[in-house]
Amino acid sequence: MAVRFLPPLLMLLAAVAAYFLFPYNLAFLTRIVIMVVLVLSLDLVLGFAGIATLGQAAMYGAGAYAAGLFAIHVWADPVAGLVAGALAGAVLAALSGAVLMRTQGLTLIMLTIAVAQICAEIANRARGVTGGADGLRGIRPGKVLGVWEFDFIGITGYWYALAVMLLVFAVLAILGRSPFGLSLRGIHESPARMEAIGVSVYRRRLAAYTLGGGIAGIAGALTAQITQLVSLETFSFSLSAEALIMLILGGTGRLYGAVLGTVIFMAVHHVAAANDPFNWLFVIGALVLAVVFFLPAGIAHLPTSLKRLSKGGRHAGS
Amino acid sequence: MQGLEVRGLSKRFGGLVVSENIDFDLPPGARKALIGPNGAGKSTFANLVTGILSPSGGTIRFDGQDVAGLNEAQRVKRGIAKTFQITTLFPRLTVRENLRLPVLEREGQGTRMFRRASGNAEIEAEVTALIDQFDLGPLADRPVLDLAYGQQRLVEMALSLALKPRLLILDEPAAGVPSSETHLIIEAIERLPDDLAVLVIEHDMDLVFRVARSIVVLVQGRILTEGTPEEIANNAQVRELYLGGAHG
Ligand SMILES: Nc1ncnc2c1ncn2[C@@H]1O[C@H](COP(=O)(O)OP(=O)(O)OP(=O)(O)O)[C@@H](O)[C@H]1O
Ligand SMILES: [Mg+2]
Repeated sequence: MAVRFLPPLLMLLAAVAAYFLFPYNLAFLTRIVIMVVLVLSLDLVLGFAGIATLGQAAMYGAGAYAAGLFAIHVWADPVAGLVAGALAGAVLAALSGAVLMRTQGLTLIMLTIAVAQICAEIANRARGVTGGADGLRGIRPGKVLGVWEFDFIGITGYWYALAVMLLVFAVLAILGRSPFGLSLRGIHESPARMEAIGVSVYRRRLAAYTLGGGIAGIAGALTAQITQLVSLETFSFSLSAEALIMLILGGTGRLYGAVLGTVIFMAVHHVAAANDPFNWLFVIGALVLAVVFFLPAGIAHLPTSLKRLSKGGRHAGS
Repeated sequence: MQGLEVRGLSKRFGGLVVSENIDFDLPPGARKALIGPNGAGKSTFANLVTGILSPSGGTIRFDGQDVAGLNEAQRVKRGIAKTFQITTLFPRLTVRENLRLPVLEREGQGTRMFRRASGNAEIEAEVTALIDQFDLGPLADRPVLDLAYGQQRLVEMALSLALKPRLLILDEPAAGVPSSETHLIIEAIERLPDDLAVLVIEHDMDLVFRVARSIVVLVQGRILTEGTPEEIANNAQVRELYLGGAHG
């Protein structure tokens, strides 16, 4: 029982330590935390349910624009803005998923990319509402829970994003152990057998995709509120692709992989890009290759892999 | 009428006729075998009954109701289940998790999000009973991909039985199982509930003669003959088919 609470405790400790160790990098730390939320949403969709996607940014962008517009036109309350972002992400995922979840493999991947592109194009054209290529400006979120005001240094932003991330993590951890979570893993393992035990795989996948969309929308809403700006980049292909690389780096289907992968990717990116703005991609590339070759299940799997190696278990080195 | 009632069933793949005018009955408690050479259309027949394929013609009724309009998942809810000729399990899940899934779905709990999958005592008791029924106790917490092939075939059966079906089609339950282990499969079939209607598709004649009370012979999509094991064993056409054919 105690062991189960160790990892979340370590995660919280690391977040608190980061706050005190890097007081001048709060904006960067906050970006990491928000990215973790997006990568967690991808872990639900891809890691649990096995839905291949390169368009998770579509729901992230939808959430960002929805939360931004909501704050400007309706209500500046941040938590209400999160709900707006989650709804936007979920609705977009449900609508697009109604078609997408009937497809698989390469077709599915291409369609997820297309959805994000279409969203970006719509946001670009609807200049009057979204600000087009200039981005959506003038977002002034109110106090968090009516108490904490967003400050210039980003202290409130960091703790707010961290609290939301931990909440999302906890919900996904519960979900992962639930019958629904088990059924998603079942679909990942064998859709044919799931149909044979009486499950509509289409509907179950749609539910997972919608939920993942809602969480990606929350991540987008956090960005909108904390940076107080939403750009067309929120829909970008490179964001979807980077989220995928972070997840693969950390390991899919185990939540901690999403956290580890994001932290490592963004830290390496940060340091490498500062030292060598032209070649940092090589560092990331080498890192990804190393993980894929030596730790195919991701970095979060390192302890298990080491244990197996030292015991000479039947899967060692496979 | 209770049980399965198939009339004039046919299935074509393009120009290839794989099922032709099949009449077939399977009342509750039946133990029937469907035999025939490779490519005779046995798996296709099973797939038509379970709704994986849709027929080109004919009717399929179960407990007096036409099931033509129902998809595979809906037929499972009516009590029609089948095992796969090619083992189709959840390989990285443990045996227990593999069996928990169908029980949860059967009980309509598969979409619950805020309770533990292993948290329902009744369901866990049922899963444990299944594990015991198929002698999988020591392997219960191992991923299925770690199991020997014969044991995987047992999980294959247990997974379908977990749905508490009233009609169970076993598509070559002993396929690929070493002959030293087929007795495990035979014993598992003999332990199936008495009121369950069972149709076994199988090439292994030992198994067929041990478990079937009646045998249907399918050749090129048509029913050649049907009879008791003795009648089939003494049928000249069938003997010729099996002595001249690929299987003996
Ligand atoms: N989806 C399909 N499309 C086209 N042809 C098919 C399809 N499925 C099966 N067939 C053909 O239908 C025929 C019957 O196949 P089926 O799998 O039903 O045979 P079977 O009796 O189960 O054989 P086996 O003993 O080898 O399992 C074969 O000639 C096969 O090639
Ligand atoms: Mg077959």
